[in-house]
Amino acid sequence: MTDPQETPLLEVAGLSVSYLTRTERVRAVRGADLDVRPGEIVALVGESGSGKSTTAHAVLRLLAPNASLDAGTVRFAGRDLAALSERELRTVRGARIGLVPQDPGVALNPVKRIGEQVAEVLRLHGLATRRTAPAAAVEALERAGMPEPAVRARQYPHELSGGMRQRALIAVAIAAGPQLIVADEPTSALDVTVQRRILDHLQHLTEELGTAVLLVTHDLGVAADRAARIAVMSQGRVVESGPARRIIEDPQDAYTRRLLDSAPSLTAVRARPRPTAPPEPGEPDDVLVIAEHLVKDFPLPRGRTVRAVDDVGLTLHRGRTLALVGESGSGKSTTARMILRLVPPTSGRIVFDGEDVTAAGGAALRRLRRRAQLVYQNPYASLDPRFSIGEVITEPLRAFRVGDRASRAARARELLDRVALPAATLERRPAELSGGQRQRVAIARALALEPDLVVCDEPVSALDVSVQAQVLDLLAELQDGTGLAYLFISHDLAVVRQIAHRVAVMKAGRVVETGATGALFGDPAHEYTRELLAAIPGGDARNGAAGARLLEERT
Amino acid sequence: MRRYAALRLAQAAGVLWAAYTVSFLVLDLLPGDPVSAMAGAGADQAGVDPAQIARLRSEYGFDDPIPVQYVHYLGRALRGDFGDSVAGGRPVTSVIGDALPSTLQLVAAGMALAVLFGGGLALAATYTARRWLRQLLLSLPPLGVSVPTFWAGLMLVEIFSFRARLLPAFGNGGLRGLILPAVTLAIPTGAIVAQVLAKSLLTALDEPYIQTARAKGAGRPRIHLRHALRNASLPALTVVGVLVGQLMANSVVIETVFSRNGLGRVTAGAVAAQDIPLVQGVVVFGALVFVLVNLIVDLVYPLLDPRIAAAGGRRWRPA
Repeated sequence: MTDPQETPLLEVAGLSVSYLTRTERVRAVRGADLDVRPGEIVALVGESGSGKSTTAHAVLRLLAPNASLDAGTVRFAGRDLAALSERELRTVRGARIGLVPQDPGVALNPVKRIGEQVAEVLRLHGLATRRTAPAAAVEALERAGMPEPAVRARQYPHELSGGMRQRALIAVAIAAGPQLIVADEPTSALDVTVQRRILDHLQHLTEELGTAVLLVTHDLGVAADRAARIAVMSQGRVVESGPARRIIEDPQDAYTRRLLDSAPSLTAVRARPRPTAPPEPGEPDDVLVIAEHLVKDFPLPRGRTVRAVDDVGLTLHRGRTLALVGESGSGKSTTARMILRLVPPTSGRIVFDGEDVTAAGGAALRRLRRRAQLVYQNPYASLDPRFSIGEVITEPLRAFRVGDRASRAARARELLDRVALPAATLERRPAELSGGQRQRVAIARALALEPDLVVCDEPVSALDVSVQAQVLDLLAELQDGTGLAYLFISHDLAVVRQIAHRVAVMKAGRVVETGATGALFGDPAHEYTRELLAAIPGGDARNGAAGARLLEERT
Repeated sequence: MRRYAALRLAQAAGVLWAAYTVSFLVLDLLPGDPVSAMAGAGADQAGVDPAQIARLRSEYGFDDPIPVQYVHYLGRALRGDFGDSVAGGRPVTSVIGDALPSTLQLVAAGMALAVLFGGGLALAATYTARRWLRQLLLSLPPLGVSVPTFWAGLMLVEIFSFRARLLPAFGNGGLRGLILPAVTLAIPTGAIVAQVLAKSLLTALDEPYIQTARAKGAGRPRIHLRHALRNASLPALTVVGVLVGQLMANSVVIETVFSRNGLGRVTAGAVAAQDIPLVQGVVVFGALVFVLVNLIVDLVYPLLDPRIAAAGGRRWRPA
């Protein structure tokens, strides 16, 4: 239904946006060009800091107060939005261009009912009266695929799941029948299976209504699955744009190629060399941790309980990585925290290196703390901002009174070297480091006491894909030739495939399938595992790209 | 919701009991003997008769062990009987009852002004797009907090009563007499309300749901009042509840500066005269007002934020 010759609905030309910080003017977007034709899905892809979100928000002129639109035009249906007054813009926002924001957890007003929030956009643009608005809101929710829309309309955001909240936000975006929807990472905060359902629905809905979509995403797999055309942004510029298939199969720009190489969802086979033979279970000195029949109940109001972990058994081997995979709420983090004895199990047994630590306290628990460490998901929150990097890394040593000041400093330098950071980093503060560097520091801290087990709780999901690849490489390298065991928690199967020797799939508190990584990915036995695998974005492109590469090799 | 309300009520009763008990113990531990104060009242210190003192002691139950006294007095207090004022001989409850209307008037007027002007200042400061105006408005609250109450009162009297002769300087003379003391009382309180509300408004305006509202096409007034204010009002409401206690304490100073009759003056007099039943009565009564106001605040929370009742009585605060 899109005619390439058609005049674009949205035409961004020479767009420049800068942010005024305390010390300098940061140019976030430097002359970006972009166009979207009626009814077409265009993906705007880039890493954090590439300016993709700023570009998308500049279309609606929804920029932070310290941002300024320095140059360029944003032509939408014949008008230059960049030159409109705030009052004129208000008639465009919501009515002609809808926005689906990034994080559904915080993008709805917590103190207003869902129906009220959907109705607001209709009321603002005179599309419903006080009397007709509630019914119209329920109808919009229904179109957005909300189950039981009339019930949900009377509920508050905190009573809804993340997927339902995102559907509510989609209802807000489509309610007034806009010609364009700007979707800013609409599903990156959601589980893969929910992500797929939401994107499927958004795609069908916009096809049906003839609405164009500007889809901002960091995930090339998502872009390849959904968009007719892709524009790749780097350092404030659109470095390459064209038909989606062409970008994936025949990238022209070096940056696009790098992005494609590091995207885990598009990498068909693990590039990282991992020992292929699965460890033989049954070799007693190989086993580090055995967890049996772990159960965890959390109390709810009025004396009820919820069972977060239900009869989970795991075995961790020295020098191996076990990945714990599942969606949010599946109990994977709680399981890991029980193994670390950060959360007491309701019942079950944990044996660490032959010693039953289920009820360990005092000195025994402290010994366990020393031998089992944790790397958190968010490197922006897990490092004390007032500590220097040296203090961060040596804190475990100080806590266990290992060595003196000089030997601890030497150890910190050695650890920094192992995680490939310069020694000068010691004196710096966390705020001066990038996300990837911070995660390296967190890994160095976890290794300071030479533990036997490191639990990595979503260690790369807050990082850009190219940085993800580096951190995964580092983790693999640190493990090779040592007896270090990882318990690797992730919702991202594409990442897991690259790092894990064995995988345990969790759903609703239970392990539904366990197996060696290759076997589990190649021949999933459980229905849920198959569903998870199918939900990894970039499926078509992965097969397509692999095919293209095969052709290349033959000719 | 019912469970939440029941929990709050139980907490309120607990606080009242604690206020009574602590004040009882502290007053008992204090040096100074109420009986000699009583016997000495009006008479020459030298002419006090030891037999009379002994009689008074047993009459008031001061000979009994402390736990017995405590149970006895607590039982009476529960029935609303705080005994008689040592100085005036009148029941404590009627002394407080007489002084109460004037003080309540003052505290209520002070709080109304504080919320009105403090809240208005916070709204204006966060609404304006002019940086200099925002900075100017936001610099007022710290100034208001740091001005001592008695000094502000004296300055207002000097300007509006003695120089401009617009308003009476002291006395309980009707509404006109209420203006200056209420304004004096409202300055530090309003400043704190303004500071807290401005801070939480700025935080709320930074939240992603504000951007969602802007993307719907909502204008600035609507975003400010309909979306941000309700979310930002919780911390300010909490502070208002706590500030009622501060207002009551400040009324002691204000009533002295402006020579108003009221609970503050009664308190000052009772402390000076070691009138222990009256002091105890004032403490418990002050706690009662404080607890009631905070109970109301707690019961208003779930109306403003649906997440609070859902949290099963646990208090939830936006960050």
